[in-house]
Amino acid sequence: MNGEDYDTSVDCREALHRVYHFLDGEMTPERRDQIARHLDRCAPCLRAFGFETELRRLVANKCRDEVPDELRTRIADAIDHEHKQRLKTGGISGGAEL
Amino acid sequence: MADQETFAQDTAGFMGSLYTAALRMTRNPADAQDLVQETYLKAYRGYGGFEAGTNLKAWLYRILTNTFINTYRSRARRPEETELDDVEELYLFRRMGSRDDGIGRSAEDEALSWITDDEVKAALESLPENFRMTVLLADVEGFSYKEIADIMGVPIGTVMSRLHRGRRALEKALHDFGVARGLVAAR
Repeated sequence: MNGEDYDTSVDCREALHRVYHFLDGEMTPERRDQIARHLDRCAPCLRAFGFETELRRLVANKCRDEVPDELRTRIADAIDHEHKQRLKTGGISGGAEL
Repeated sequence: MADQETFAQDTAGFMGSLYTAALRMTRNPADAQDLVQETYLKAYRGYGGFEAGTNLKAWLYRILTNTFINTYRSRARRPEETELDDVEELYLFRRMGSRDDGIGRSAEDEALSWITDDEVKAALESLPENFRMTVLLADVEGFSYKEIADIMGVPIGTVMSRLHRGRRALEKALHDFGVARGLVAAR
C-alpha cells in the first residue's frame, strides 16, 4: 500500500459503532469512505452491516397498512364540507388562509 | 403559497403512510382513522400557508405528530414513556447473524425470514412513544435526522440518541418473538 495507512483509520469497534450513521447516509463522505474501505477488508464487519441493512429493509417493508375505503371517503367528505363552509362564510374561495 | 383547490390531489399519495404511522402511534384503528382525518382537515385549512415546492410529506407528518401529541398522548400517558432499558449494539446480529446459528442459515435475508408483518408492527408498538415515533420516521418513512428533528420539534442530537436506543430495543423485541416461537435460541 506504499505507506498509505488504510488499516488504522477505522477499526472494527469504530465501524460497528457507526453502522446506523452509515446506513442512514448521515456522515461525511470522508468518513463514509473510511468505513467502506474497512468493510472491503473485514468480512465479519461486512456481514454485520449486511444483516443490519436487511433488517432495515424488512422493518420498512413489513410495516405497511392499507387505508380503509371508509377513511378515504370520510376525509373527502370532511374536506368537501369544509370547502362549502368556506364558500358560504368567506365569499372568496381559497382566500381565507394566506 | 399552495392552492387549496389542488389539496386533495397533492396529498392523496401520502394517506397510506400517514395512516400506517397513525396506527403505530395510537395502536388502535379507530383512533388512527380519527387522527388521519384530523390531520387532513388541519392541513387543508392551513394549506394556503404551505410553501409550494417544499417538503409536503414532512409538513403533513408535522401536523400528524402535533395532533397526536395534543390529542392522544395526554389520554394514555404512562410513566415509563421516556425510559428504555439499555440494549447492547447489534443485539439481533450477535444472536442470529453468525453462520453457525444452530438453525443452518447463512445469508442475512434467510436469517430474518421468519419475522412476520405482525411481529414487526408489534415490536415497533412496544417501544415507548418518543422512541417509536423516531424509529418509525427514520426506518419506515425514510426521513433524515434533520427532517425528523423538524417534525418532532427536538434537536438532532435527541433524534440520534432516540434512534440508537430505539433501534436496539426493536431488535430485542424481535428477538423475543423468535424465542417465544421457539425459532431462536434464548441467550
